[in-house]
Amino acid sequence: MHLEGDEKEEKFNRLDQVLAVYGRDPEQLIRVLQEAQHIFGYLPEEVQAYISHKMDIPVSAVNGVVTFYALFSTEPKGKYNVNVCLGTACYVQGAQKIYDTFRDQLGLKDSDTTEDMLFTVRSSRCLGACGLAPVITVNEDVHGKLTARDVAELIGRYKKKEAAGEKDEGQELTRPGDYQELSSPGS
Amino acid sequence: MRVRNLQDLEIIKNCHLPDLNVRLGIASADGYQVLCCTGTGCSSSGSKSVIKALNHHIKSQGLQDRVRVYKTGCFGFCKMGPILLVHPGQVFYCLVSEKDTEDLVVQHFKRGQIVERLLYKEPAEHKTHLHMRDIPFFQAQMRIALRNCGLINPEVIGEYIANDGYFALYDVIHNKKPQEVIEIISKSGLRGRGGGGFPTGKKWAFTAQAKDFPKYVVCNADEGDPGAFMDRSILEGDPHSVLEAMAIAGYSIGANQGIIYVRAEYPIAIKRLELAIRQAREMGLLGSRLFDSEFSFDIDLRLGAGAFVCGEETALLKSAMGQRGEPRPRPPFPAVCGFRNKPTLLNNVETYANVPIILRKGWAWYAAMGTETCKGTKVFSIAGKINNTGLIEVPMGTTLRTIIYDIGGGIPGGRAFKAVQTGGPSGGVIPAHLLDTPIDYESLSQAGSMMGSGGLIVMDETDCMVDIAKFYLQFSQDESCGKCTPCRIGTKRMLEIMERITQGKGEMKDLEELEELAGDIKDASLCGLGQTAPNPVLSTLRFFREEYIAHVRDKTCPAGVCRELTDFVVDPAKCISCGICAKACGVGAISGEKKKPFYIDRQKCIKCGACQARCPKEAIFKAAMGGEVTDANKPGDNRTAYPTP
Repeated sequence: MHLEGDEKEEKFNRLDQVLAVYGRDPEQLIRVLQEAQHIFGYLPEEVQAYISHKMDIPVSAVNGVVTFYALFSTEPKGKYNVNVCLGTACYVQGAQKIYDTFRDQLGLKDSDTTEDMLFTVRSSRCLGACGLAPVITVNEDVHGKLTARDVAELIGRYKKKEAAGEKDEGQELTRPGDYQELSSPGS
Repeated sequence: MRVRNLQDLEIIKNCHLPDLNVRLGIASADGYQVLCCTGTGCSSSGSKSVIKALNHHIKSQGLQDRVRVYKTGCFGFCKMGPILLVHPGQVFYCLVSEKDTEDLVVQHFKRGQIVERLLYKEPAEHKTHLHMRDIPFFQAQMRIALRNCGLINPEVIGEYIANDGYFALYDVIHNKKPQEVIEIISKSGLRGRGGGGFPTGKKWAFTAQAKDFPKYVVCNADEGDPGAFMDRSILEGDPHSVLEAMAIAGYSIGANQGIIYVRAEYPIAIKRLELAIRQAREMGLLGSRLFDSEFSFDIDLRLGAGAFVCGEETALLKSAMGQRGEPRPRPPFPAVCGFRNKPTLLNNVETYANVPIILRKGWAWYAAMGTETCKGTKVFSIAGKINNTGLIEVPMGTTLRTIIYDIGGGIPGGRAFKAVQTGGPSGGVIPAHLLDTPIDYESLSQAGSMMGSGGLIVMDETDCMVDIAKFYLQFSQDESCGKCTPCRIGTKRMLEIMERITQGKGEMKDLEELEELAGDIKDASLCGLGQTAPNPVLSTLRFFREEYIAHVRDKTCPAGVCRELTDFVVDPAKCISCGICAKACGVGAISGEKKKPFYIDRQKCIKCGACQARCPKEAIFKAAMGGEVTDANKPGDNRTAYPTP
């Protein structure tokens, strides 16, 4: 973890709040991990070990769940998460090319994240917006009906946003942290 | 308020009924109601900013007492989003953008004139349609599971009640025995819409018979099939029908707790479900002692974390308990040993969405629709190479031709239909000569495919069937949980063979080996994912064997898809001799001079595609290796002709 004292403490405090709500129920492990990933951006070993200790689940079992699901990442992610849908509808409309173009233009070979930690490019299986195929998401923004030609402009748009120091928009959709107050934990 | 009896429910219904009647065309009104789709498709096309702008202009024109804007679920016609439906009159505006809103407000809502340019135009006949009901896309449809999508505001429980929501639940709790409810569901002929097609009534009866307690009702909303989004649209457009159905199911089998397992990739659906559950709890329609009876029922959400195998029932239940979503052998079936090792009823979203209306209208009404063995309707999502992508609902037994040509509007670019893929990674392709197959569970499996959850991906002549089969195999291989060897290693070996074939390194004996491996994997895998993983390969081998042979023997890809077996070619008619491609080429394979079309040397070309990406006129395309460049294999321009089937 490359976190400094205060920031780290603040994040673990937030994790403690999540654990206070869900931590007693081992059935809520996936929920806790989702919230933890939302707080830390990814799930480093230290966080997995902490959750294991607090929820009294063997760390091997926690790690087993983390590595099983595609949503969890054990590597830090960039600020802008590009997720290219490679579902069938998008694939037949040329999504593979869009994915390749993104990786090419950002110079990604073995890693998913650019060195400046700005972009992470990954693919996912069907976002359920097949009517707009091919579709990508950048954080919570959805971009549909794309061609490989739009890639350079999109990258430029986010780089410009970053240079201008704007705050990331598109927070209207729910993120794991937003609905904990709505639902009663467990059953 | 807390709903305690039928009178309370009627009061809420009557509050919202006048609005609903205007939308249903039963009553006329003084002002306007504007329904705007806020499903995933339209939201991504900007429906949120359209709503914002509409409200702004309505206010600045002083029309806020006469015009009201409502958020609704999916109309199904995703391609034309954002969509606005204006009542009275059912005026259908499509592809509305923020800057159109001022015109709409001034012209339509202030002066009462239709904004012609925003109406739907049929591409071929240049016919403009004013009303939603006249548009061919909607005409052949019958919306039962989708009855509320696009009609009510999914975020307001009162609108659901106004369309007779929760009345079936009241009736069941106070007037029917659990056994009677199960009989009605059995007689209706409803079968599992998740893909398997198991009779729903039978499943309910099995779980009801189980002696262990407590029991659970689980909803499978882990729609992992690539190309399917019907569950998502139901959850986003009509979450209460799922909640009501689960409560009815709970009453019938003797359960007090429901769990909805929903994909984390569906944020809008999750938000609407959370809201719906909260509203239902506040009104006492979920929670303890519903309608002042002895029956209590509550629902919780569990979020999936992106594993396709979790759509399989035993894997889903494991995942819902916070563990790795690995399947286990059956029996015991979930009806005996499921969630928390207790008897569990597990149905799909679409199956539940049918339940309340069956109980309101009776089993005979439902059983009158569909075919001999498959009753009712089915929701399909149509996508791929088709003019009208979107979500549709048709009676069982409708032919593929009706769906693709009448509702879907045919294939874009005037190209030829090649095949339709159904059932996702577990299904197969159906070629053109079977287009008149009436679709139900049996006829699709006879054609070597399956219903699956209802995703239809249409493919045209520029799609390579070998590549598509490889795509699905890659998917199954990635998503294999790894627990059983035939699935984990078998699909890997099959994929290696498919990769060799698409790279031009295949041999004829590979085809036999593929078939042999496929048989072994089908027989020996533990769960449905592995048992059906070879289907896309088997089905393409059955109907498009000549395409495999072209790849293996002739070392060419007729559709012009597989990189190693195609050439990059310049279309002389489109080339403007700008020379950008030659500069982009790293190996100097492109040459040319001013005013003459450029030329790519097939020997030097390393097929990196840099030239194609840079060409400003889209004059460079891929063609079958060594083949002639004809009009048929050129990439499509944007003609939208409707070919006659």
